Amino acid sequence: MPEVRLSYDIDGDDFSSAGEASVAMKKALRQMGIEPETIRRCSVCMYEGEMNAVIHAGGGRAEVLVSPERIKITIEDDGPGIADVEAAMREGYSTAPPRVRELGFGAGMGLPNMKRCSDELDIETAAGRGTKITMIVRL
Amino acid sequence: MTIRDVAGILEAEVCCGEDKLDREVTSAFGSDLMSDVLAFAKDQQVLLTGLVNAQAVRTAELMDMSCIVLVRNKKPDPEMLALARERGIALLSTNKTMFLSCGLLYAAGLKDRGLPENA
Repeated sequence: MPEVRLSYDIDGDDFSSAGEASVAMKKALRQMGIEPETIRRCSVCMYEGEMNAVIHAGGGRAEVLVSPERIKITIEDDGPGIADVEAAMREGYSTAPPRVRELGFGAGMGLPNMKRCSDELDIETAAGRGTKITMIVRL
Repeated sequence: MTIRDVAGILEAEVCCGEDKLDREVTSAFGSDLMSDVLAFAKDQQVLLTGLVNAQAVRTAELMDMSCIVLVRNKKPDPEMLALARERGIALLSTNKTMFLSCGLLYAAGLKDRGLPENA
């Protein structure tokens, strides 16, 4: 299987559509015949990343590279950056505004969930310059 | 049991998915926090929640859950209803609490699956 590249715009204007990129990725992975447990892990990584981009950064971009060895998910935004990455990795630590809890998120589980479901997680972030999260799920 | 049985046990209104009621379900997960569903659900077919929005439908879809039960007499808004219909997910609404709904379904044989290994 050659490397397949999937690209998605994460719309930050509309909370109600948040998660659609993840749903589209899941469908594409299923069509490629990827194993269900791997799809589940990728879906969690992507959905949490997508919600973070919507909640904190007004949207962003996602790219998914599928190769025979691994799936690499990159989610990039131009938001405020993560001030304290170490704290953000702790379950329950959240800087999300209260209205996000009405969406069923914002409880400080995003990054921990991404770490839990990926084999590698890399965070590049700088105050005022945005955040780039790269996650690798090995096949 | 089937989704029809779930609706019967919970005396629930079927909001959409009448054609899905004969689908077999064996286990369920209950949470209002979608991050916890993403973190801790594994192969359950029924999601019990008080969260009424599109994110609940997307969470169910991403986790391959075929049925959402809205507890505490919550009703889907038109957007949630339309999305559930489009994605082929049965949507039920019961006036029972989360605790009672889970208890009744557990007593009737629906299983808990514990936490996944990576939890």
